[in-house]
Amino acid sequence: MAPNPRTKIALVGNPNSGKSSLFNHLTGLNQKIGNFPGVTVDKRSGLCTMPDGSAAEIIDLPGIYSIYPRSLDERIVSEVLLDHHSPNTPDKIVVVADATNLKRGLLLLTQIIDVGLPTILVLNMMDLVAKAGISYDFNTLSRKLGVPVVPINARNGVGLEELKKQLSHHVPAPEKSVFQIWHDAKAPVKEVRNLLEVDNDYEAYLFLEQPQSLTFLPKEKKNIVDEIRERYQFFPGKFQGAETIQRYSFIQDLLNDVTLKSTDHSWKKYSNQIDRILTHKVWGYLIFFGLLFLIFQAIFAWAELPMDFIDAQFANLSKYLKTALPEGPLSRLLAEGVVPGLGGIVIFVPQIAILFAFISILEESGYMARVVFLMDKIMRKFGLNGKSVVPLMSGVACAIPAIMATRTIDNWKERTITILVTPLISCSARLPIFTILIALIVPDEKALGFFNLQGLALMGLYVLGFVAAMVSAWIMKLLIQVKERSYLIMEMPPYRIPKWSNVGYTIIEKTKAFVFEAGKVILAIAIILWVLASYGPGDAIQNARQHVLEESKNMRLTKQGLEDRIAAYKLEHSYAGIIGKAIEPAIRPLGYDWKIGIALITSFAAREVFVGTMATIYSIGSVDDDDDATIKSRMREEVNPETGGPRFSPAVGLSLLVFYTFAMQCMSTIAVVYRETKGWKWPLIQLAYMTILAYLSALIVFQTLS
Amino acid sequence: MAEMKPGEVGIVSGFTDEHLSVKLMEMGCLPGAAVRFNFKAPLGDPICISVSGYELSLRVEEAATISILN
Repeated sequence: MAPNPRTKIALVGNPNSGKSSLFNHLTGLNQKIGNFPGVTVDKRSGLCTMPDGSAAEIIDLPGIYSIYPRSLDERIVSEVLLDHHSPNTPDKIVVVADATNLKRGLLLLTQIIDVGLPTILVLNMMDLVAKAGISYDFNTLSRKLGVPVVPINARNGVGLEELKKQLSHHVPAPEKSVFQIWHDAKAPVKEVRNLLEVDNDYEAYLFLEQPQSLTFLPKEKKNIVDEIRERYQFFPGKFQGAETIQRYSFIQDLLNDVTLKSTDHSWKKYSNQIDRILTHKVWGYLIFFGLLFLIFQAIFAWAELPMDFIDAQFANLSKYLKTALPEGPLSRLLAEGVVPGLGGIVIFVPQIAILFAFISILEESGYMARVVFLMDKIMRKFGLNGKSVVPLMSGVACAIPAIMATRTIDNWKERTITILVTPLISCSARLPIFTILIALIVPDEKALGFFNLQGLALMGLYVLGFVAAMVSAWIMKLLIQVKERSYLIMEMPPYRIPKWSNVGYTIIEKTKAFVFEAGKVILAIAIILWVLASYGPGDAIQNARQHVLEESKNMRLTKQGLEDRIAAYKLEHSYAGIIGKAIEPAIRPLGYDWKIGIALITSFAAREVFVGTMATIYSIGSVDDDDDATIKSRMREEVNPETGGPRFSPAVGLSLLVFYTFAMQCMSTIAVVYRETKGWKWPLIQLAYMTILAYLSALIVFQTLS
Repeated sequence: MAEMKPGEVGIVSGFTDEHLSVKLMEMGCLPGAAVRFNFKAPLGDPICISVSGYELSLRVEEAATISILN
């Protein structure tokens, strides 16, 4: 007998129906994020122990209102539900519905029943139903729908045992179909069923309605469907409106039968005091910007301590490995390439965790929908969408989770523009570069006896990045021409106290996604850069020690000073040094020499590498020497041989600051844009426009100031 | 529906845009359903309405495709 594969149970439901709470309750910490085969949507799944001791795989599908998808992450649901013959086909489906308002949940349920997979209806939020004084006749509901009905309260876990019990029994596939297919559609549906061996009419009907969801079909089968669709002139979406009306009329009759006491017409009295303040023309924006300020404050102030700690631990580990491992290229790769590379990823974890703690609290409480509501009109002027606010906010911590957060934007054009401009928002990796360069060129004084000049300069750079993002978005809005219509039909969920365990799960999930997404790329690049910076053509590198010893015979260097000079000599003659010298003619108009060129090259993959490279080039940078003051003073002393003045004059410093504000300089972002846009077109366009913008702006700054 | 004022109620009688009507109906905005115009965003767009027991936000141009009897 073949080994019994694990039962797969898919959770489906409207957004705000409490589906995530149910998922978290069922799986606890046994969850993982994977990918659905062939698509980029995250697959949240986890294991749940059933009453008989066996384990079932629970899959959390994105929240949807209907089986007809609108945005990218919604499409995965119809793909999973329509593909009945794949190893990913769920054995059972749990439809979660908000019992305080069943209508819309039942629309989705009736569609899923008609697809013909074994289904259970879960009525969530029964505590609120009781408070509202409604009672349902569950038996009649279950009999009329032909599926088991289980009432639960996912917030405290009441009813979950009963649900598990139902799930461990055999659940029959629903027999009757709610939707009666129109007469004109019967013939093509029959042909699809016969030619493609589709199990039931509604599934075949959806094959005709949703060509874009058939990614699982082999090409020749897809062609058959296309041919049938064309022959019967069955254009997608043809009957969708009529189908919705038919379903709602069934649902209205059903609800009349099973609702024992109807709700009063409380909606007529709808006057939400909270909304009156939170969407007020003055208070609404003040509160929103106050919250933004609090979030940024938290990202930078609260994260500092853990970040310094992580930084120190990785430096210690690197130092320890250097002494503990036998000398050789492999241990140097480990100590100088891999460990600092890993450290460069882990150091951002505190900021990402804090950011997503806030975002998930705002989303759980229902406030995020109000932010979209407040900002939509302004954002649309720039070719963006109210929903672009979340990615742009997240961009302050890191562009990678920010770009992943654009999936909720249904409109292709607005989503693409949001992806393209998000990396212009100054992320936390730019902060070390900004700090050190500002310290070099801006005096540490107070303006008007009140504002710190360096702080003002830093704020100016953030504003510059934001303005550049908005202006670029506006230009792209004019350049990208598509016919697709933009719309914003969005639920405004009632305000709720966030469920803290859900906040916790979101933090874990997003942080994991960041560490693994960005981690792979940053690590690979760290290794490549290490090779480029450690090896060079000929024997210059091997002879570095000897050469430096001869050169500095009369220079009474300390041991440390000598080692530092050797490191600088090696870097100069490495492949990275050679490339730095090669690009010097191109960057000279910006005021940079080949040393800065090396830093530009090494920081191409991850901009935060800039400071470390500077430290090595100016030969003060052994790993154990992370004293900013030393790097700063060495950079300050560096002389420009052409002018005799300091290398980092205000013109050069400002030119570099502007360059790093605009330049892409982040391989992980390119990788995530490639993943999200499914191709090289947009990441390359983005890399090109940002690099050109950075180069030209730095050129203008340097040429006007010098 | 775009001409309604905050606080006014009415009945959905139909739609002028087929593409949008499908999405609106899925969200519970059905012909015959009672709707209430709750309030506008500070800049006048989008607006918030109540229908079928939910609060929805939609842009003024989208609301304009809903025909209202009142």
